Amino acid sequence: MAKSILIKNGLVIDPANKINQKANVYAVDGKIAEVSKYEPKADLVIDAEGKLVLPGLIDIHVHFREPGDEEEETIASGSAAAVAGGFTSVVCMPNTDPAIDDATSVEYIHRMGRQTRKTHVYVMGAITKARAGEQLAEMGFMAQAGAVGFTDDGSGVQNTAVMLRAMKYASMFKNIVISQHCQDNSLAGSGVMNAGYNSTVLGLPGIDPLAEEMMLWRDIQLVRKTNMRYHVQHVSTAKSVELIRQAKNDCLPITCEAAPHHLLLTDDACRDYDTNYKVNPPLRTEKDIEAIKQAIKDGVIDALASDHAPHLKSEKDLEFLAAPFGIASLECALGLYIKALIEPKIIDWPQLVSIMAERPAKIISVDKGTLGKGKQADITIIDPDFEYTVDVNKFRSKSKNCPYAGWKLKGKAKYTIVGGEIRYSARGN
Amino acid sequence: MSNKEFTWNRKHLIGLRELSREEIEYIFDTAQGFEQMSTRSVKKAPTLRGKVVVNLFFEDSTRTRNSFTLAANRLSADVIEFTQKSSSVNKGETLLDTAKNLEAMGIDIVVIRHSAGGAPKFLSKNINACVVNAGDGFCEHPTQGLLDTFTIRKIKGSLEGLKIAIVGDIAHSRVARSDIYAMTKLGAEVILVGPPTLMPAKINQLPVQVSYSLDSVIGQVDVINMLRIQFERMGTNPFPSIKEYSHYFGLTVERMKKAKKDILVMHPGPINRGVEIESEVADGANSVILQQVTNGLAVRMAVLFLVNQAAMTKE
Repeated sequence: MAKSILIKNGLVIDPANKINQKANVYAVDGKIAEVSKYEPKADLVIDAEGKLVLPGLIDIHVHFREPGDEEEETIASGSAAAVAGGFTSVVCMPNTDPAIDDATSVEYIHRMGRQTRKTHVYVMGAITKARAGEQLAEMGFMAQAGAVGFTDDGSGVQNTAVMLRAMKYASMFKNIVISQHCQDNSLAGSGVMNAGYNSTVLGLPGIDPLAEEMMLWRDIQLVRKTNMRYHVQHVSTAKSVELIRQAKNDCLPITCEAAPHHLLLTDDACRDYDTNYKVNPPLRTEKDIEAIKQAIKDGVIDALASDHAPHLKSEKDLEFLAAPFGIASLECALGLYIKALIEPKIIDWPQLVSIMAERPAKIISVDKGTLGKGKQADITIIDPDFEYTVDVNKFRSKSKNCPYAGWKLKGKAKYTIVGGEIRYSARGN
Repeated sequence: MSNKEFTWNRKHLIGLRELSREEIEYIFDTAQGFEQMSTRSVKKAPTLRGKVVVNLFFEDSTRTRNSFTLAANRLSADVIEFTQKSSSVNKGETLLDTAKNLEAMGIDIVVIRHSAGGAPKFLSKNINACVVNAGDGFCEHPTQGLLDTFTIRKIKGSLEGLKIAIVGDIAHSRVARSDIYAMTKLGAEVILVGPPTLMPAKINQLPVQVSYSLDSVIGQVDVINMLRIQFERMGTNPFPSIKEYSHYFGLTVERMKKAKKDILVMHPGPINRGVEIESEVADGANSVILQQVTNGLAVRMAVLFLVNQAAMTKE
């Protein structure tokens, strides 16, 4: 590892420090030493002329399938995909097999992440044992082992009393967030796509937006009661956005994230029964997309998160009813956000960096997301003009269940630097 | 009559939503040609001689499967029966593998029934043989929609301006969907009748009216199609009891008194006597339920004939 590294001539965007100007970033011993006009001598110099130099991007919602489904993804393959996508930190979800519901499992994920030496790998533990929604998992021990939060993601905690108990209990730990996949199963039933005109003509059972909104509404009442910090995963409906906006107005400690597919795709995409569009929460309507984009513009949405959910081709090559939910998008997520938000001028670059680095870091309580002096040197260098076609066969991810295959995107990571070390460089592609 | 210049070029029949009025009428004209065959002493034509039709049924069916088998036999095709419970993840052979296996046997036409909406479409994208949908989940049952519409056209001459009620579990009915597409394309007005719990999402975006009161609809309509109550769907408890359902939505002798004298009473079968329809009505003078079955044969012969012809032309 180079002892010192200088990234010069790039446009540095670091919203936490209100920097949005051409500057040089100098890091020594894996830490940011200074961001300035100066050009100190360095062991390694990267000329970032025409590039954007950003605090390392953070994806707080990925599924790396380890342990249990290593044929779909491993922490190694997922981490390689992450750095290729420009992400210096990711948060793994606990819906593995077995579920990550104790300290040993948390430590295992961390160890595999360190061994891989690509991105920082964080993990959320399960709220309940085996994600069964009944008995609390050992959240204290998992927090001590470094879990950044808790969720039963893949499903929501159905029982209100259990959820209330979880939030009350977790509130005694510092720097922990309770995160929810909001979906009332009694309303979602056996649904496989958004309930609407498309589900009706496709003859597929639908998931009413109310399934998400009811659990979200319930949880907001629990936050009111417990004041526990609470995060809403992959917001998919206009009404959910409104509920969160209202809760924030009421100064409740609530954050939320949006996924790229809920910014770019509607349930019209399911019309050909292509299972790469089967995802949960499901693709909704244009009206919902507009509401989510508006909420991003207004700052109501705190983070963008891919919900990278890899699946084998053989699993997806089934009837729409039988195929699993999920979209693999980690490697092209940045380009998707640019397409959805920067190109139509909904937000600008500093705002994008804020919801891809600064604010996600706060949600998971890690001292990252900025290029401040003394911070760990996690840096993403982006070529905003680089155009490419999404080629799933070049994915580092083991899975190719990506509906964006063949899409033309603009903007890609050129260097991904983690702790002062170049963990990914594009070398011309 | 349809345009003589018209050529049929679909090698699959997946659903009626994608068909034009012209295409539907062309199937009917073709079916008319096959109708007389049933009255001849030798009930067979050599049209599909040397062709193999597989009945790939993942759901229980007696009448539809028998009707397709007989239709294929009448056209001199060889028929393979393949019955299997629905595939699901990690259990047994996938639909794709089953299809590839059949293809390796050199079959020409797959008639598929499956519990998953979209299964026939999925199949058509993955094999070279013709695919005919014999019912997929609650998406479509195109040959039923065709035979229902064909039956009405035969008796009433045209569907133009007719009012047709479809009564029952619309949410889970593939028959209702295929009927809606065919009947509205041919100029009829469709009124869906049933409890709100059995109406699918955004049904108002289809070209139909919706009513929750059979009593207010019965007097206005020229045709009434009574859907079968599917007891296997009753797990979700969409109404409190069969008795209460029959009270509001059953076609009773009493209710028939309010109907037009020449109303056609239809039912896709099999009938639950005394549930959605009283025996006296099912067997009464207005009932065309058995004619539907007879017409189904001609319609299915036409469909098998047309998809095969389109496949031959493309080769």
